[in-house]
Amino acid sequence: MGSESLKIMLRCHKIIGGCGEGEALVSHEPICFYLTDPKTGIVRETTHELVGKNLANKVLVFPSGKASSVVQIDGLFKLASNNVAPQAMIVKDVETVLVVSAFIAKVPLVDKLEKDPFQIIHTGDFVKVNAEKGIVTITRHEV
Amino acid sequence: MYLTREEERILDGELGEGTQKAIELLVAIGDAYDAEKMIPISRAHAASSGQEGDLYFVELLANGGARCKVPTSTNPVYDIEYFDRLFEVPKDEGEVARRVMEAYKRVGAILSWSCVPYMAENIPLYGETVAFSESSATPYVNSVIGARTNREAAQSALAAGVIGKTPNYGLHITANRKGTVLVKAEATLKDEFDYTLLGYYVGKQIRYGIPVLTGMSRRPSTEEFINFCAMSNTSGAVSMFYMPGFTVEASTVEEAFQGDTPGDKITVTDHELEQAYEELQTTSGKIDFVMLGCPHYTLKQIEDVARLLRGRKIHDDVAFWVCTSATAKILAERIGYVDIIEKAGGHVVVDTCIDEPCWIVYKDKVGMTDSPKCAYYRRFKEAIVARLKDCVDAAVKGEWEVKV
Repeated sequence: MGSESLKIMLRCHKIIGGCGEGEALVSHEPICFYLTDPKTGIVRETTHELVGKNLANKVLVFPSGKASSVVQIDGLFKLASNNVAPQAMIVKDVETVLVVSAFIAKVPLVDKLEKDPFQIIHTGDFVKVNAEKGIVTITRHEV
Repeated sequence: MYLTREEERILDGELGEGTQKAIELLVAIGDAYDAEKMIPISRAHAASSGQEGDLYFVELLANGGARCKVPTSTNPVYDIEYFDRLFEVPKDEGEVARRVMEAYKRVGAILSWSCVPYMAENIPLYGETVAFSESSATPYVNSVIGARTNREAAQSALAAGVIGKTPNYGLHITANRKGTVLVKAEATLKDEFDYTLLGYYVGKQIRYGIPVLTGMSRRPSTEEFINFCAMSNTSGAVSMFYMPGFTVEASTVEEAFQGDTPGDKITVTDHELEQAYEELQTTSGKIDFVMLGCPHYTLKQIEDVARLLRGRKIHDDVAFWVCTSATAKILAERIGYVDIIEKAGGHVVVDTCIDEPCWIVYKDKVGMTDSPKCAYYRRFKEAIVARLKDCVDAAVKGEWEVKV
């Protein structure tokens, strides 16, 4: 009677290359990186579902970015400078500003998973994003 | 995305590391949007900002030997020497600003330091393909001028300026320039501030899309268009809009919707604009500053300030600032407007914007502005938004009483 692990592999579409892995953190709301603590990666936006949660070294799953280009880009860049940016990002609706943010922060960014990421990935799953190969691997320990 | 032989060579770094980084970013954006290829642009505007993310990218390009291939203008930063004489700007922040300005010079940009470059320093023509970042610039260029740009970030616009190309996606494609929501303006739109409120309200309501506005009883002025653009693209993401008859690309509502029936409709009456105004009256009483010129004031708006201030004296406890471009200030000096404003105790400052760290001295202060965009940045304790005339009167009196 041990724990069993479930492993799922999905194809995705590379936007910013590289590989990253870590615990999944799922947000159903758009994210503004400027509204996180640049030193720790903790979400400070009081009305956000992730308030108090930490983005540092997670694989972040979220619908889209938000807010003006300057603050969004500077926000993710500061997290990366302090080594508390996400390890990789899986997004649903991408736009120019998010691409630029991930590019200058050097965070792998993918979209178009072959299945809805919000159905498949749960906070706490272990997720590997290989943007170069276009593959996302999800491992979940089920008791 | 298909790349030409020359683009491949740039991507392989054969033309230097600076252009390589620039094209890498453009390719990533092209991949994100499944663009088929790159298309040439004739000019760009980089919304430089004097912040760390901005510094990183422009230095990456400058240090890698990149130079702008097409005219590329720059947004406000700030002149650290000017502000150091007036008040203390944190040394590290000032150093970022100095390095950003120096790096844009090295990449061969037009050092306009203006957020309304389409007024003087870098003016697209109808039908031009360009890459213009900055909230008022993107919709103004798309709608009032009828050139084509996406909602760029500073870095994507700079990369496009360096390569002279942009991926073909979004608003470069005619089918994507279709109106998405009909806005019936039944409100009385009598002055620039009414267009500010209209933009603020429309952006907030639709959040994202291409509004088609009807009901304007006359042609909006340049400044009214600028205000509508800046506010709707700050409270929402409005990269383009139509006012058939007054904007260039569609002469009728049907044309703006490319033959389709508008799905969503909203109506804006005086009531909605009054509500928007009331929402912006966050406090009243004594004020510490008045901040005008977000976006940068045009020559006409500086004239308005001079007319309102002529022969008056700004209250000793109130700092009075007008932000504008270097080109507008030269004319305002020559004509005599700057002299009138300075005699009244105000300042006309160039090359900067209210969203820069040079204003840290007002962090805990209460002030007034005629721009909700200025208030939105939250660089001050409170920034009450009101008409220019009310801002000037309050500056003279030293306090503001809400007028409802």
